[in-house]
Amino acid sequence: MSALDRATALELYRVMRTIRQFEARAVQLFGENKIWGTIHSYAGQEGVAVGVCAHLRDDDWITSTHRGHGHCIAKGADVGRMFAELLGRETGYCRGRGGSMHIADTSKGNLGANGIVGGGIPIATGAALTATYTGSDRVAVSFFGDGGANQGTLHESMNLAAIWKLPVLFVCENNQYAETNPVKDAFAVEDISLRAAGYGMPGVRVNGQDVRETYRVAADAVARARSGLGPTFIVAETYRYEGHYYGDPQVYRTKDEIEDWRAKRDPLVIARTWLTTDRLASEADLARVDREVDAEIEKGVAFAEAGEPASPIRLPEDVYAG
Amino acid sequence: MRRDGGVVVIGEDVAEGGPYGATRDLVAEFGDRRVIDTPISEAAVTGVAVGAALSGWRPVVEIMFIDFITLALDQLVNHAAKARYMSGGQLRVPLVLRTQGGAGVRSGAQHSQSLEAWLAHVPGLAVVMPATPADAAGLLRAAIRADDPVVVVENKALYYEKGEVADGALVPIGAAVTRRDGRDVTVVATSRLVGEALAAADELAAEGVSVEVIDPRTINPLDRETILRSVSRTTRLVVAHEAATIGGFGAEVAAMVAEEAIDRLAAPIVRVGAPFTPVPASPVLEDAYLVGRREIADAVRRVLRW
Repeated sequence: MSALDRATALELYRVMRTIRQFEARAVQLFGENKIWGTIHSYAGQEGVAVGVCAHLRDDDWITSTHRGHGHCIAKGADVGRMFAELLGRETGYCRGRGGSMHIADTSKGNLGANGIVGGGIPIATGAALTATYTGSDRVAVSFFGDGGANQGTLHESMNLAAIWKLPVLFVCENNQYAETNPVKDAFAVEDISLRAAGYGMPGVRVNGQDVRETYRVAADAVARARSGLGPTFIVAETYRYEGHYYGDPQVYRTKDEIEDWRAKRDPLVIARTWLTTDRLASEADLARVDREVDAEIEKGVAFAEAGEPASPIRLPEDVYAG
Repeated sequence: MRRDGGVVVIGEDVAEGGPYGATRDLVAEFGDRRVIDTPISEAAVTGVAVGAALSGWRPVVEIMFIDFITLALDQLVNHAAKARYMSGGQLRVPLVLRTQGGAGVRSGAQHSQSLEAWLAHVPGLAVVMPATPADAAGLLRAAIRADDPVVVVENKALYYEKGEVADGALVPIGAAVTRRDGRDVTVVATSRLVGEALAAADELAAEGVSVEVIDPRTINPLDRETILRSVSRTTRLVVAHEAATIGGFGAEVAAMVAEEAIDRLAAPIVRVGAPFTPVPASPVLEDAYLVGRREIADAVRRVLRW
């Protein structure tokens, strides 16, 4: 693997930090009753979205999940418009019609987060079909969890992508739990990436907590897709710090387990360590990035809170064209 | 497809023409990149079509029998229908889902259903049901040009009908047509039952009864005005479809007329539809199950007796 240059390395850290702070602030706003319904925090999984999306252009597509804030940010979304969507504002990405689970950003190729587990997988596959048929080198990435990996759509889509050699990455974020269901109860194999062999595509298992690893694996998979060699199945081992949703009582796992992941496998701590050890960034650089991220987040929240609330008069708009 | 290079056909056996030959010869003209045969994977194939639509194409995905739409409903209902709305108008899904339903070919309960009412209940979808060859072509053309998902529900019994088809004609979505003018009773009939209603009208004409037959052609969005105008004049309404009466599209028409024009009605509305059973396979049972000309004529006589 070619070494990461300083700018790229620091940018990976910056985007991970943005996601972490976005989620922290979203939870806070939820606690203030400014966000309704439910939110699914991506905190802990930052290394996956950031390592993969770093290789994508604005005209590449992603499909995301109910736990989609991280993918949105990694694909270049504006945090102000994201907060505005969470707060139900007209200025949000979806004019308050989507909410936390449905943020889409067509300007960055984000075809949408998704409330149906596994729902985005064939959609990304379809976008990859478009890339092939238009003769472009665009690629599509579908993010889903270990839960999504057990939906039929993944199996059907992996097969279609393999027989048609589509430029798509199936990125399974194994965060160890599908809602409350631990992976050991949901898979008879310990390594989910073994499934790829059954469809005739490469399967790669990667440590999702080290963004260098996801970045390296995704580089190969994206290059493979862009050059017409077809899909790749990536399984990133990761962990979510919050429950399935914010407020989940989490009776299915122990506090010790959560603390263990936070202490030993936190993607931001890991990144800070190698950034400084490899002299890619100084403590001062990291502190500066943290401050800049905090400022961006606060600016985003201010933008959101200043936005016009979605109006009931406009309820029927956007159901059909025109 | 000649007009717009972005139109692709995708589905099981579409290159071979499908079980009723609906896509026959397309592959010869447009090639296998625009007429895409797929494995039997309705959920993913429909999802792929949604993804293709979201990324700029106009896919026409075929679900071979409407019975199989259960496998694709998530993609149709939760994704295609809602993408525009959930994204605040950023996304659009110019998708056509072609399928066919209906009984009469002794194929049993999983190849004969009429499930259109499910789909008409979903905001974001349009649902059309052509009853003539001209409408089959014209509605499909309009559906392909629409910027929202449109479900085209054909009836397999009608594949053997012949009729004039004007080259390039568009039949607008959401526009009903009066198939026969009449004074005494309005019959709103869909798909195969349009022809049955016209046959019933001929039969009743011999009895001195003048029947108006309206074919909604699109069941959502419904052309309410054409129906209300007719009923206001005839004061009597029969609604007929092949699907089960309970929870069927006819219930929506009846409710709409009751809400908007009950003061114009001289008799209760009568619905004609299938009994509440799965579609049976045996010819004797299936013939007993299917409604048609006779049931429509009886219904008209009932509303006239009131």
